[in-house]
Parts: sequence; structure tokens; C-alpha cells
Amino acid sequence: MTNLQLWTYAVVGATFALYIFIAIKARATTTGEFYVAGKGVHPVLNGMATGADWMSAASFISMAGLIAFKGYDASVYLMGWTGGYCLLAMLLAPYLRKYGKFTVPEFIGDRFYSQTARVVAVICLIVASLTYVIGQMKGIGVAFSRFLEIPFNYGLFLGMGIVFIYAVLGGMKGVTYTQIAQYCVLIFAYTVPAIFISLQLTGVALPQLGLGSVMSDGSGMFLLDKLDKTLMDLGFSAYTTQKGSTLNMFLLTLSLMIGTAGLPHVITRFFTVPKVRDARSSAGWALVFIAILYTTAPAVGAMARLNLMNTIQADSIAPDTSQNLKIDALPSWFTNWEKTGLLKFEDKNGDGRIQYVGDKAKNEMVKVDRDIMVLANPEIANLPNWVIALVAAGGIAAALSTAAGLLLAISSAISHDIVKGIIAKDIDDKTELMAGRIAMAGAIVVAGYLGLHPPGFAAQVVALAFGLAASSIFPALMLGIFAKRVNNTGAVLGMLSGLGVTLVYIFWFKGWFFIPGTAMAKDVAANWFLGISPGSFGAVGALINFVVALTVSSFTAPPPEHIQHLVEDIRVPMGSRPAVDH
Amino acid sequence: MSDAQKYWQANIRLVIGCLIVWFVVSFGCGILFAQQLNSIRILGGYPLGFWFAQQGSIYTFVVLIFFYAWRMNQLDRKFNVHED
Repeated sequence: MTNLQLWTYAVVGATFALYIFIAIKARATTTGEFYVAGKGVHPVLNGMATGADWMSAASFISMAGLIAFKGYDASVYLMGWTGGYCLLAMLLAPYLRKYGKFTVPEFIGDRFYSQTARVVAVICLIVASLTYVIGQMKGIGVAFSRFLEIPFNYGLFLGMGIVFIYAVLGGMKGVTYTQIAQYCVLIFAYTVPAIFISLQLTGVALPQLGLGSVMSDGSGMFLLDKLDKTLMDLGFSAYTTQKGSTLNMFLLTLSLMIGTAGLPHVITRFFTVPKVRDARSSAGWALVFIAILYTTAPAVGAMARLNLMNTIQADSIAPDTSQNLKIDALPSWFTNWEKTGLLKFEDKNGDGRIQYVGDKAKNEMVKVDRDIMVLANPEIANLPNWVIALVAAGGIAAALSTAAGLLLAISSAISHDIVKGIIAKDIDDKTELMAGRIAMAGAIVVAGYLGLHPPGFAAQVVALAFGLAASSIFPALMLGIFAKRVNNTGAVLGMLSGLGVTLVYIFWFKGWFFIPGTAMAKDVAANWFLGISPGSFGAVGALINFVVALTVSSFTAPPPEHIQHLVEDIRVPMGSRPAVDH
Repeated sequence: MSDAQKYWQANIRLVIGCLIVWFVVSFGCGILFAQQLNSIRILGGYPLGFWFAQQGSIYTFVVLIFFYAWRMNQLDRKFNVHED
């Protein structure tokens, strides 16, 4: 066993022991504890748990890589996945906390006095959350197989086992306290290598400032200018300038923001704080904890790109390749990642050295998977083994915490909205708690199965999850609070039309139900309606939802008296109950 | 106008104000006018539009939420609809 593996086993093992310890300490004994942690979580701690809940394997592993290769254009993810918290804090969280129930579909069903509305919300919730879970399971498997060199499925089973222990036993209570621990692990793991690399390249410790600083290599150039120059000299497009269409960037950012605010597993987190005012400040704390990673990621992306280019293409002037990386003297990280298939080269001109240039015919780095930018970054920068081990533990923490939050949203929707809400209305608290635990166990098994046998559309699901949340859940919730006049018919037709248009648009370019070969048009910018990509269409779906719901409601009977009172009641904080049951 | 209506109106005004700032820093400075703003440099070598898109908008979002929470708590007390 190598020194790195030893470190990885030690660090990952220690974090797992911590999660299990918390699970045993924080067992849930009532449905209130299982669904919303007894509504007793401190707003700062809830913010931290929300941060871990929100930041998935994709945020931890993939985002900086996305930024590294897309440069400025990847800003849509940074703004989209943070700006949604403003909408959540100002438009949804305090009011839903005031309402004081357990799940998102429950509010939609009650406010629009319609089982149909509740069922539509449940279906959106389950589809959005399940598609999301698949990515987390894959992230856990990748982290294990690369760093511990154990087979992918063993890693997956181990991860499932850990989630099983704390989520089934502790419900929201167990998940909340483990998420707090997982946040600490993941943020430490993300920022430590970033600080090291920022110091190496610029001498500035804070990556957020390092990105704007002068290179410490004696060139006297700003890091971003150096990166722009290196890339352009090699025939790539500049890092800091825009490449895609402005309309598409605009709508993608908006869709991601609305989708973020409408994702049920995030909204539910704000049901766990004691008061309405806590829900407001807790959203701010959540964004503080998220921003620590999200403002570090651009630095990680840019610095990793620069390091990667400099390591391979040592001389930035293309004709002379005598300084380029030699194929018979590759560094160990290069060969390790090559084994995983995430990195591939081809010595096209047979000179025994690798060329990494923008011209596709001459470029010899035929595959550089964006996921390796964060994971290989510490190795490329020659950081100590304990830092690399930390990154593995951080990636696993990010995946586990998000998976647990999603699984909890799914199991609550099944046991509370379907079993208790529709099938068996008169079951007691104890039976419902049992149903919740069984639903959780079932959801873990399904998620594990999908992680092992990912459906072919796994890569497309982000668009789907955000599209669903943006076009159906967010508008329904917002109208439920801000438009007293919207009635059941308007809300249901609004949700169905927003959802329908968004789904058809996504399926049109990605294939019906993602079945390969059934796409109606090739998924390229030239075919898109007004140049809007399928992933950006959620904002359009949301707009349709708003217009349909408001128009239909104005032509049909207003909601009954008691619903109007309900809306008036959730608009004021006074009278919120500290820990409600039914 | 009843107190409840006044409270709600003050709330809506606050939210609209905050969302205007939210829109200007992200969609405005970060996307629509980013290329023009890039001719200005801040904090060393950051082109301003690029900085708004990858840093500044996020910092502003954080400040906005805390400002909103603080103002709402004030409004709650002023209209006597606060908890406990």
C-alpha cells in the first residue's frame, strides 16, 4: 500500500467514523424529528447543513473543471447556483416556514385545495430528486475507485451503507447533524489545496484575491492576463471573454436561479428552523457557506488550467516543442488518471512529446475530463499526500450529504404526501414514522441500483431536474404566497403547461424520455428556438406557468374564504408555532 | 388601508428593491454589460465584468439577504407582527 493510500484510508475512515457517531447520537423518535428535525435547528447550523445539502459532487468535483475549460462562460453556474438563494430567502422560505408543515407538495396541495396539484408536485419532486441522486452515487464510486483503488461498486455499497445508517435512523435530524460535519470536511478539503496553489502561483494566500494578482514567476503579468495569453498563443479562445450567446447565458442563469429556489430538498431545509425570522437569516448563512466554495472555485479553475497547460506544453510558442512533456517521462498523476480513462493522449506527429494546442488536428491531449481538474489538481501542483487524501474525503462528503438530503425529500414525499396524505389518512405518528423509514430504505436501494446501472441519460439530467423545479414548483409556490387570487384550476393548469412545454422542449432535442435516436432535431445551437438551449428553457417554462395560472384564475371563481385567510396568515410571522405536529 | 395591507406593501417594496440590485449585479454587470465593464480593472488584474460574474455578484447576494432579513425584522416590529 502506498503512502497516499494509507493517508486516504485514514482520512476517509476518520470521517466515516464521525458520521456514524453522529447518527447514533441523533436518532429520530417522532415524525416531526424525522421530517423537519423537530424544527429546532439553529439558523447558522441550518445554513451550514444547507450548504452541504446543496453542494453536491458536481459542485465539488465538476464545477471548477467546467470553469477551467469554459472560462467566463461558466459564470452562469456561479451566479445561477447562488442567486437562487436570494429568491428563496425573499420569496419562499419565510412564508413556507410560517405555514409550518412537513413537505413542499403538502403546501401546494393545501394552498390550492387540490389533490391533483399535490400529486403533480410529488411527481416533479421524485423525478428531480432521483435524477440528482444518480450523479451523487457516481461521484462516490469515482472517488473510491480512484483514490482507494477498490472496485467502483464496493465504493458505492459502502457509501450507501453509511447513508442508510444515519438517514434511516435519524431522518432529518440525523441528516442535519451529519451534514454539518460534512460541510466542515468538504470546505476544508476544497480550500486547503486552493490556498496552496494560490500561494505557489501568486504568493497570495486567499484564492479569491490570488486570481486577480500578479504571477510570482517573475513575468510581472497578472494571472488572468497570463492565462488569456497562454491560451490564445496556443490557439484556444481567451479565458475572460464571452464565447456563447448573450440571450442563452441570460436565460440559463435565470433558469438555474429559479430552479435552485424551487428544488424541494433545499426548501425543506428551511422548515427545520425554530422561527420565521430564522428562515430569513438562515438563507443568508447558507449562502455565506456556499459562497466560500463558489468564490474559491473560479480561482481553482483558472489556476488548474494554467498549471495543466504549463506542465504539458512547457513552451507556449507552438513551433518549438522541445520543452513539452516527454511521453516516456510522464508524471505519476498523468499515468494514474490515464488508467481511469479520464485522460487520454495520442502522439499524432510521433515526436515523443505531447502537444496541447487549440488546433484539433494537431492537439494530442485527445481527452481531458473536466472532473479531474479538482481531483488531480493537488497532484499536478505537487502538494503533500495528506492534502490529496483530504480532497478524496471532501468529494465523498459532498456526494453523501447531497444524496442524504435528496433521499430524505423523496422518502418524506412518499410517506407523508402519498401514504399519509392520500392512501391511509388515519395512520398514527408511529406508523407514519415506520413508513418513512421504509420509504427511505427503499429510496436508498433504488438510488444505489441506478448508481450501478446508470441510465444512458445520466448526463442530461441536470437540465431535467432544474427544468422541472423552475417550470413547475417555483411558480406554484410563489403564486401560492403572493397571488391570493390564484385558484386550484389556475395553479394546476399553470403547473402542467409550464412543465409540459419545458419537457417537450428538452425531449425534442434530447430524445423522448431520453431514449436515444428519438430526438426530433439535432441538439445544436442552430436548431434551438431563438438560440435557447434545452437547459435554459426552464425560465421560459416558468414564465408560461405564471401567465397561464394568472389568466385562468382571473376567469374562474376565486379561492374559498378559508384559503384566502390561510394566505393572509402565512404573510405575517406572528403566530408561528415552535414545533408543530398535525 | 389596514395595517396588514401596509405591512404587506412595505414588504413588497423591500423585495422589489432588493431584486433590482440582484438583477443589476448579476444579469446587468455580470452578463449584459460585462464586455464593456471589462475595460476597467479592479483588485489588481480582475476585468470588472468578469469579476462581477465570478465573484462580485455572489458577494452582493450574501449582503442582500442579510439586509433583507434585517429590514424585515424591523418591519415586523413596526407593524407589531413579530414572533414572541
